[in-house]
Amino acid sequence: MLEFAQQIVNGLSLGAIYALIALGYTMVYGIIKLINFAHGDIMMVGALVGYFSLTLLGTNIFVAMLAAMIACAVFGVLIEKIAYRPLRNSTRIAALITAIGVSLFLEYFTIFLFGPAQKVFPETAFPIKAYAVGGLSILNKDVFVFVSAVVLMLILQYIIKWTKTGKAMRAVSLDREAAVLMGISVDKTISITFAICSALAAAAGVMLGVYYNTVNPLMGIIPGLKAFVAAVLGGIGIIPGAMVGGFVMGLLETMVSGYGNSLYRDAVAFGVLIFILLIKPSGIFGEDTGEKV
Amino acid sequence: MQKVNNKWIKLGVEVLILAALFTLVQYLITAGLLKQYYQISLASMCINVILAVSLSLINGFTGQLSLGHAGFMAVGAYIAAIMTNMLDLPFITGIVAACLGAGLAGFIIGVPTLRLKGDYLAIATLAFGEIIRVTLQNIDYVNGPAGIMGISKLSTWSWLFGGAIITIVVIVNLVNSSYGRAIISIREDEIASELMGINTTKYKVLAFVVGAGFAGLAGALYAHYFYIIKPETFNFLKSFDILVMVVLGGLGSTTGAIIAALFITALTAALQSFPAIRMVLYALILIIVMIYRPQGLMGNKELSMKIFGRIWGGRN
Amino acid sequence: MRIGKKIAMLVLALFVFSIAAGCGGGGGATPTGDKAGDAINVGINVELSGGVASYGTNARDGAILAIEQINKAGGVLGKQLKPIERDCKSIADEAMSISAALVGEKIVAQIGPLTSGDVAGSTPVMMENKVPLIAPAATAANVTVDDKTGKTRDYIFRVCFIDPFQGTLMAQFASNDLNAKKAVIYCDNSSDYGKGLAQYFEKTFTANGGTILAQEGFVKDDRDFRAALTKIKGLNPDFIYVPGYYQEVAPLIKQARELGITAPIGGCDGWDSPDMVSVAGNDALNNTFFTNHYSSQDKDPQVVEFVGAFKAKYNKEPDAFAALGYDSVQIMVQGLKDAGEANPVKLTEALAKIKDFNGITGKMSIDDQHNPVKAGVILEFKDGQQVMKTRIQP
Repeated sequence: MLEFAQQIVNGLSLGAIYALIALGYTMVYGIIKLINFAHGDIMMVGALVGYFSLTLLGTNIFVAMLAAMIACAVFGVLIEKIAYRPLRNSTRIAALITAIGVSLFLEYFTIFLFGPAQKVFPETAFPIKAYAVGGLSILNKDVFVFVSAVVLMLILQYIIKWTKTGKAMRAVSLDREAAVLMGISVDKTISITFAICSALAAAAGVMLGVYYNTVNPLMGIIPGLKAFVAAVLGGIGIIPGAMVGGFVMGLLETMVSGYGNSLYRDAVAFGVLIFILLIKPSGIFGEDTGEKV
Repeated sequence: MQKVNNKWIKLGVEVLILAALFTLVQYLITAGLLKQYYQISLASMCINVILAVSLSLINGFTGQLSLGHAGFMAVGAYIAAIMTNMLDLPFITGIVAACLGAGLAGFIIGVPTLRLKGDYLAIATLAFGEIIRVTLQNIDYVNGPAGIMGISKLSTWSWLFGGAIITIVVIVNLVNSSYGRAIISIREDEIASELMGINTTKYKVLAFVVGAGFAGLAGALYAHYFYIIKPETFNFLKSFDILVMVVLGGLGSTTGAIIAALFITALTAALQSFPAIRMVLYALILIIVMIYRPQGLMGNKELSMKIFGRIWGGRN
Repeated sequence: MRIGKKIAMLVLALFVFSIAAGCGGGGGATPTGDKAGDAINVGINVELSGGVASYGTNARDGAILAIEQINKAGGVLGKQLKPIERDCKSIADEAMSISAALVGEKIVAQIGPLTSGDVAGSTPVMMENKVPLIAPAATAANVTVDDKTGKTRDYIFRVCFIDPFQGTLMAQFASNDLNAKKAVIYCDNSSDYGKGLAQYFEKTFTANGGTILAQEGFVKDDRDFRAALTKIKGLNPDFIYVPGYYQEVAPLIKQARELGITAPIGGCDGWDSPDMVSVAGNDALNNTFFTNHYSSQDKDPQVVEFVGAFKAKYNKEPDAFAALGYDSVQIMVQGLKDAGEANPVKLTEALAKIKDFNGITGKMSIDDQHNPVKAGVILEFKDGQQVMKTRIQP
C-alpha cells in the first residue's frame, strides 16, 4: 500500500509536467488545427535558457524559469510567424511536415551550437530535500513541480475564461471567419496563443531540468510525444482534457514500470494513443463531429 | 506498326544502357577498383530509392501521410535476418518472406488506421512504427534491444540494383493502371471519389500494403548489407529521413522520389563528418520546400525523357 | 514505355550521383593518403558524439597522446604515425561506413570503436579488407569470437578484459567483501553489455550462496527510474547491481538515493565518466563500487607518468578509456616493431603473438581468442573521488 502511494507521488509530478506540455499541443491544435511537432523542442529550448540563466547569470530557479518563459514566448511567436503563418491556408499535411522540419531544426541546430553532450543543472540551484510523510519519501522537487504546474494551469484558466484575449482565443478556435467579422485580429490572437503555449513549455522544460538535473538537445522528443498522447487522450483542442490526460499518462506510465515491465512503458503510451484514435478519436472529453464537405 | 517498333527499339536501348551500367559497377567491384566506401554509398542509394519510391506511393500518390515506414522496414529486416541467419534458409526465401511479412504488417495496421484522416493518421502510423520497434526490443528470440549481429553479407550489387529496379517498375505500373487512377483520385478528393463509386478503403489499404511490402524488401537488403540490425536503427527519425526524400522529390512523383533519394544519400555521405549540419539541412529542406514549393521539387510531374528522346531520335 | 524511361533515368542519376558522392566523400582525404610512404596511417574510429561520447573522446585523447609521444621519440620503423580521426556517432552502421572510408586511406590498423555494438558494426569491413582492429574497451565475449562457429575473428583484437570476468569480479566482491546475500539486478536492457554482465553476475552470486530478488531493466535514454526503484526499495536488498552506461546510471543512482535507498550499488566500467559525479552528486555516489580497467591513483611509476603527461596535455584526469586508448596504440606499436614492417596482415600476425606487454592498464598477453589476460580493479566512489579498493588477477 505504501509502495502504491509512493508510485502515485512519482506519477503525479511526472503527470504535471506532461500536462503542461500537453496544454501547448492542445491549444495550438484548437486554434490552427496544427499538431505542433516542435512543441517538445521548444520545451528543450526553455530548459537550456533556464540552464544558462542559472549557470552564467547565477539567478535563482524562479528567475530562471521566468527568463525561460519570456524567451520561449518570443521564440514561439517567431516560429509561428516564420514557419507556420505562410502555410496557414495550405493543406494540413504540409503544415505537419513543416512542424516536423521545425522540430528537427531546433534539435540539431542546438547540437550544432552547444554540442550533443548533456548539461548538468547546478545542484545549488535547487538543493534536494526529502520529507518523510508517513513512510513516503516526498521530495521538495516533487512539490515544486506539482505546485508550479498547478499554479500555471490556474493562471491559464483565468486568462482563457475571464480576459478579453482569452475570449478572442476561444472565438478564433470556434470559427475563424466569424471571429474576423467580429473584429478580432486572428494573427494577433494566434501569436498570443503561441506565446502562452511556448511559455508553458519553457516552464515545463525548466521543471524537467530540475527533476532530472540534466538537459540535452534531444530531451524534448520523448516527453513531447508522451504529452501529445496526453492531449489526444483528453480530447485534442480541449484544455481541461489536456490537464487530465497529462496526469493520466504520468500515473499510467509509473504504474506500468512499477507493476509491469518497465520496458513496455513507451509501447503502452503509444498503445493508448492508438486505442483512443480508433475507439474515440475525439478523446475523453471530446464530442464527435461529422466530417464537413 | 512503326510506332510499336520505335517503342521496342527504345526499350531495347534503355535495357542495354541499364545492363551496361550494371555490368560496369559489377566489374569495378569485382576488379577491386571501386573503394568499399563508395560501394556502401551505392548500396545505401539503392535501399533509399526503394524506401522513397514505396513511401511516395503512400504519401505522394494516395495522399495518406504515413510516418511509420521505418517500422515496416524493421519487420522486413528482422524476418529476412531470422530466415537466413537463424533458420539457414536461402536469401531469396528471406526476401520474399520479408516482403510478405511487411505487407501483412501493413495490412494489419492499415485496415484500422486508414479510417483516420490527415494528421490523425500520421500520428497513428507514427505510434504503430514505434510499437513495432518497442516490441522488437522485447523479443528475446531476436536478442532484444541489442539486435541481431553477424548477418551474412548476401546483398550483392545485383540484389540491390535488381531490388531498386523491380520496386520502380512495379510501383510505376501500379500508378499508371486503373488502380493507380483510383488511388490518385483519393488524394485529390476522397469524398468525391467515394461518390464516384470508388471503394476508397480498399485502394488505400492496397497502396499501404504494397508500400509496406517494398519497405520490407529494403529492410531485408539493408540487414544483409550492414551485418547488424537493432530496433533502434528503425526509430521514427528513420521514417523522417524517408519522408524528407519524398517531400523533397515531390508528393506524387516517382522520378522525384528517386532523384531525392540519390541526392540525400550523397549528401549524407558527403557530410559524414558533420552529422549536426546534415540534420539541420534536412530540417531546412523540409521547411523551405513546404513554404515555397509545397508540391516538392518535381511536383507531381515525372521527369520526361524528351531531352534524351531527341538524342535517340524518338518522340514521346 | 514510360517505365523504360524511368529505369534509364534511375541509371543515369545513380551514376551521376555516385560520382558526385565520390568526389564529396573522398575530396578531403586524398591529399594525405597519397603520401603513405613516409607516414603510417592509423585509423581512429571512435564515438565522439551520441550516447557514449565521453568514452570515445577520452579514448581518442589517450590514443593521440600515445601517438605524439611515439612520434617525438622518433616514430616506429623510422616512420611517423599519422592519426586519421573520425566520429562514428555511437551508431553501428556509421562505424561500418567510417571503417570502409578509413581502409580506403590505407590505414595499418584501426583503433576503436569503444562499445561492443559499434565494433560489431565495423568488424565485417576489417575482416574483408584484412586490416586489424584494436578495440580499446569492447568487453562483450563475442567481439573477437564468432558465436556460431566458435572461431576467433582473425583481425579483431582488444586490450580490455571481457564481460564474464567483469561480472564475476563484482559478484565475488559483493559476496566476499560486502557480505551481500540478497541482491537486485537493475540492468541496461538495450545492450548486450548490460544483459551479459547481469547474467555473469547472477551466476557467480548465486553460486556463492546469494539470492537474486528481482531483475529489472531500463533502456537507453531513459531518464525516470523512480517507479522501478520504488519497487526495488520495497524488496529491501542488501546489494543492487546496475550494469549500464553512465548516461542512464548517473540519474538512476541519484534517484535511488533520493528515494531513500541506502544499499550499496555496484556497477561496471561503463560507469567511468566525469558525468557520474556531476550528475549524481558526491553524496549519492557514496557506497557505490564498480569494476574497472585501471585506477589513475595507482602508484605504479608507469601509470604515474602517464597520468602526469595526460594531465599536462588535456588538463583533466585520464579515465580508464583514456588509458585503454593509450594502450591500444602502444600495443599496436609493439606489434609493428615485432612485424618489422607497416603491413596490416603482418601486424595482425604479430599482435596475435604478443606476450607480457606492459600497458598502463596492466601486464597483458594476447590469448588465442585475441583477449588480453590481465587484471581488473574495483573502485569506490568516496565524496566524488574514485578510490581504488582492490586489484584482482584473473
